[in-house]
Amino acid sequence: MTDVRADAVPGTGSTAASRWTADAMQRRLRRRYAFERGFKLTGLAAICLSILFLAFLLWNMGSQGIGGFTQYQAALPIDFTKSDLFLDPAALRGPDAEQTVANADLSGAISKAATTAYGPEAAEMFSDGATTLLTKEIVRNPSILNGQATLWLPVGGKIDTAAKHQGDAASERIVAALKQKHALRRAFNAQFLKGSDATDPSAVGVWGALKGTFYTILVTILLAFPIGVLASVYLEEFAPKSWLSDAIEVSINNLAAVPSIIFGLLGLAVFLDVMNLPRSAPLVGGMTLALMTFPVIVIAGRNAIKSVPPSIREAALGVGASKLQVTFHHVLPLALPGILTGTIIGVARALGETAPLLLIGMRAFVAAPPNGISDPATVLPVQIFLWSDEVDRSFVEKTSAAIIVLLLFMLLMNGLAIYLRNRFERRW
Amino acid sequence: MDMKEKMPLTPTTPVPTNSAAIEADANRKGPATVKDETTGEAEAAAPTIDVSQLDNLKDSSDAAIDTGREPKMCADKVGVFYGDKQALKDVSIKIYDDLVTAFIGPSGCGKSTFLRCLNRMNDTIPSARVVGTIDLDGEDITSSAMDVVQLRARVGMVFQKPNPFPKSIFDNIAYGPKIHGIAHSKADLEQIVETSLKRAGLWDEVKDRLQESGTALSGGQQQRLCIARAIAVDPEVILMDEPCSALDPIATAKIEELIHELRGRYAIAIVTHNMQQAARVSQRTAFFHLGELVEYGKTSEIFTNPHEQRTQDYITGRYG
Repeated sequence: MTDVRADAVPGTGSTAASRWTADAMQRRLRRRYAFERGFKLTGLAAICLSILFLAFLLWNMGSQGIGGFTQYQAALPIDFTKSDLFLDPAALRGPDAEQTVANADLSGAISKAATTAYGPEAAEMFSDGATTLLTKEIVRNPSILNGQATLWLPVGGKIDTAAKHQGDAASERIVAALKQKHALRRAFNAQFLKGSDATDPSAVGVWGALKGTFYTILVTILLAFPIGVLASVYLEEFAPKSWLSDAIEVSINNLAAVPSIIFGLLGLAVFLDVMNLPRSAPLVGGMTLALMTFPVIVIAGRNAIKSVPPSIREAALGVGASKLQVTFHHVLPLALPGILTGTIIGVARALGETAPLLLIGMRAFVAAPPNGISDPATVLPVQIFLWSDEVDRSFVEKTSAAIIVLLLFMLLMNGLAIYLRNRFERRW
Repeated sequence: MDMKEKMPLTPTTPVPTNSAAIEADANRKGPATVKDETTGEAEAAAPTIDVSQLDNLKDSSDAAIDTGREPKMCADKVGVFYGDKQALKDVSIKIYDDLVTAFIGPSGCGKSTFLRCLNRMNDTIPSARVVGTIDLDGEDITSSAMDVVQLRARVGMVFQKPNPFPKSIFDNIAYGPKIHGIAHSKADLEQIVETSLKRAGLWDEVKDRLQESGTALSGGQQQRLCIARAIAVDPEVILMDEPCSALDPIATAKIEELIHELRGRYAIAIVTHNMQQAARVSQRTAFFHLGELVEYGKTSEIFTNPHEQRTQDYITGRYG
């Protein structure tokens, strides 16, 4: 035996085993390790790069958007006795009080008071929201109409921008004057969470869009989840294998890759033109997004059902369970975590979708939050899209703030879905 | 009856079958084999597995074969096709309700395929087609009039790999009675679970943890749980598809012990790779090769005095 090995490495007189220490072998080994190290480093670099991008995005959104949650308020001394409001505090009782106050020229009174306090340039310094606030204040406490009061009211968009960043010369002068008198303060902008879309950037809010998003996604989940799950169960467990089921499978896979705007056109043609459903409503938006989510759920559902071990099916069949019992007692519960994962992905995509909703009219200016699935509404991504189109600079921070709200909403929904998925997860 | 006497495979007690295996082994390698091939008579006389020492074959029920007794299940000229390929042809076997019938043969010989015909599990394979007739108490189970769900409750099955449901031990056993509506109350159900677990010899090990997951048990316990699950719906026949191939020798011994105890209460058909196991647990043996039933008869005869050359070759370990 040794003779043969010695022959294999002529001249050296060594055995075959000793070749492991030869230079060529060592070089090969070093090259192999170097390649492995290089591969690991490349992977690490990819991860670092993506974390960097994510951090930049979050920092960018955060630093810009945080301003959207705050608003500058200015102190306004009003002498109601000189305000020409002609409101009788004694008459302000009962349900009509608010209407009576609203009919009075409150914005005129604010302008007048502002001019008196800060000069003629300040006439337009307060926002529309200030009027609403003053109305509420008067209704709550009519006795202030009998004398003087100093109220903190939100300033208009121009002043707000000037105070936060940089504004036009006139606004800058007013801000400087206000600061000198300590009549300017930064406060939490509750209006942004409570309000809806408005023309004045200081009065806009996301509540309307958030509610619209909630209704739309509710309709989407209620339609796409049961239909998607039942379709995948039928295709995987019951449908006879034929060219027809193959064709359906290919079509569904292709549907998942269709650009979302096509679904918007379909929704427009079918739901609005043929079925005459209300325009701009979460119902139609939800149905359109359900069309888009459905194939994603079916694909995930079929994969999850396929991955249930056949031994469980056989076990159930072996004790005499019918096909339906096998499916609903054993296969579906075991596939549910996988189906829910697919649903999370599909719904998260629907949640951020803008294009199909533009086509069914959800880009309308809606100033009141919807009270049901058939009221006109808009959704957060569309609202972000609309605000990003505005000329007024104060909309920039509102846009970023709305993006933060959207991301938090998504986080909340996904967290809920993951919690549900883990609850249903079973090990075998 | 003390079961330990019956368990020759336990490593510490190498009694009958182990020595039988050694004999068979020696037979294959020794010069006697060469002689066997040349002389037919010597072949028949060659001691393969020493069946005379096996308890399961000493039974009186073994004395009379086939004649005058109604079989529980009767397969007549059964063939199975997967697409165009014929996997099984012309198999005729009778299964008696107080005997254990073993199917042996090399891998891919069709023994599992045949077993799965007996409760129509082959229905789940779309390309499979079964020809011939299989009677259960005189009723043809291959006809479309036969209710498959009921058939599978009457002909229970235990699989190669233990496959408990990922549910509690209690639910694993209660599932069958629940879907068939056998239990009328919770107390009924508890009684069925207890009886089934006792019959499967698992009660003492799990009675305090019935709510734990069935998948948390050891492999051997899981397989006995699967047997208990099959018993729970009160079947007439139990089919076992290589029930011990995924188990260690001690767990295997327990399952074989259990088969002895279940015999008489249920007709049992078992597929096995292990010839010693077939010799230990069965009274009838069928040898399959390449989709054909080569020989079927008393276990004692198959192992001592087979009529076919192929059977002889297989049991002496020449192939397979």
